Amino acid sequence: MSSTRNYHFPQWILHAAALLPGIILAFYTLFGHPINPIQTLERRSGDIALVLLLTSLACTPLRILTRQSLFSRLRRPLGLYAFAYAALHFLLFIGLDYGFQLKEAIRQLIQNVYLWAGLAALLILLALALTSSKRSQMVLKKNWQRLHRLVYLAGLLVVLHFGLSVKGSFFQLRGQIQWPLIALIVLLVLLAIRLPIFRRRFSSKK
Amino acid sequence: MHSQNLKQEITPEKLYFSRRKFIALAGSLGVAAALAACGIRPQTETSTQSPVSATAAGSDPLTPYDTITHYNNFYEFAYDKESVAAKAADFVTTPWTVEVSGLVEKPLKISVSDLLKSFPAEERIYRLRCVEGWSMVIPWNGFSLNKLLSLVTILPEARYVKFTTLDDPTVFPNESDTFFTWPYTEGLRLDEAQHDLTLLATGLYGKPLPPQDGAPIRLVVPWKYGFKSIKSIQKIELVSEQPATFWNNSAPDEYGFYSNVNPDVPHPRWSQATERRIGELERRPTLQFNGYADQVASLYAGMDLKVNY
Repeated sequence: MSSTRNYHFPQWILHAAALLPGIILAFYTLFGHPINPIQTLERRSGDIALVLLLTSLACTPLRILTRQSLFSRLRRPLGLYAFAYAALHFLLFIGLDYGFQLKEAIRQLIQNVYLWAGLAALLILLALALTSSKRSQMVLKKNWQRLHRLVYLAGLLVVLHFGLSVKGSFFQLRGQIQWPLIALIVLLVLLAIRLPIFRRRFSSKK
Repeated sequence: MHSQNLKQEITPEKLYFSRRKFIALAGSLGVAAALAACGIRPQTETSTQSPVSATAAGSDPLTPYDTITHYNNFYEFAYDKESVAAKAADFVTTPWTVEVSGLVEKPLKISVSDLLKSFPAEERIYRLRCVEGWSMVIPWNGFSLNKLLSLVTILPEARYVKFTTLDDPTVFPNESDTFFTWPYTEGLRLDEAQHDLTLLATGLYGKPLPPQDGAPIRLVVPWKYGFKSIKSIQKIELVSEQPATFWNNSAPDEYGFYSNVNPDVPHPRWSQATERRIGELERRPTLQFNGYADQVASLYAGMDLKVNY
């Protein structure tokens, strides 16, 4: 429809930016003497995964707003990094925190709704990561897009996971909920820009 | 000689692994003389076999002073445990007056320094179990809350004790956060408050409480989750109805009034079956009443602890 501008963007900048928080976290854990390193690793890896997922979800709205195709090319690697940090977050929980004592970890899982939400989001991201290649896109055709729309659901589940994991009551807006609330607002704004009604407004401007 | 003294100043906690050395230190500081003047003799080797100390924390090693003072849930200052110490550094806690009022015959306002003259601090080594699933072993200094309560003559209608901290956003910056109901309040049933294990702590590792640990005076209820042990207490009121508490206001379905440590009652966010002792890698099983069942289980005889969580 409308012409898109096209910049060359060196991919290594993206890789460096996505890996940097993980490297900082690793250094802090090893040399920064955190008092409860396992809790620090668990929480911060989750934070990084959430931010990368939101960044990945921001690509399409940014493309719509700026008509800059660069953002479309950032979407997949950012999504894959989000999945990688989410997988690390999960492995830290099951492996480091629970020492692969599956019985204890499963008991935790059954008892806690926020863990269901996190696990469901992780499984969605896994399915999307496995079908992220160009080849899958061609094989799955129309179903590929249907499948990958689940990323919105994953975003909502991750925010729910975060919101229910902090102290207080997320649904009653009580407690330590500022950051999950900010994440929810960002997510809803990003989703809103994709709605056809907004999309048309932005693309009709010139 | 000089370097040895210096070393002691840097790592005083080492002294605490030996009760005998502690007594020696206390003596050298003139504490023993002060205790003697009040007609209270410092604890001797044999008195460590008393019910309180012997079962206090078993043979578990103490959590280092530096850890206890740099990993704090003190929401008035910060929601991140590791940044509380820096943010609380300028918290002025002297002079400080504690008010005991409500359903009492003789209401009382007393400064913390006068309190300590009346009730010299004794050492209590308690396990601390946080609802988040971590734990520490802390050598507190303080006195049983019951000693203070005995001064005011409690009226028969009093059934609960309500504790309140300072209500001042200029001192506690997060008290302007509208997602919570401030100031922090806590409550105990009267018999819980009068239990000998229930401590008003004014120090740890033999030093005055640092601001981030709830200076100048805080509650320590070792068989309940840590959040029950309210910090920087300003008001203690005897009341007839179960008082509202900070966390109960924030999430009633998660934090009950009793909040006794109980591995069989999961929290909506954290299974409470296990815990991680700070400094250890593996989780360890959580004990009923945090290991103080022998002393406190009788307080809850006949109660369904799954309902009264």
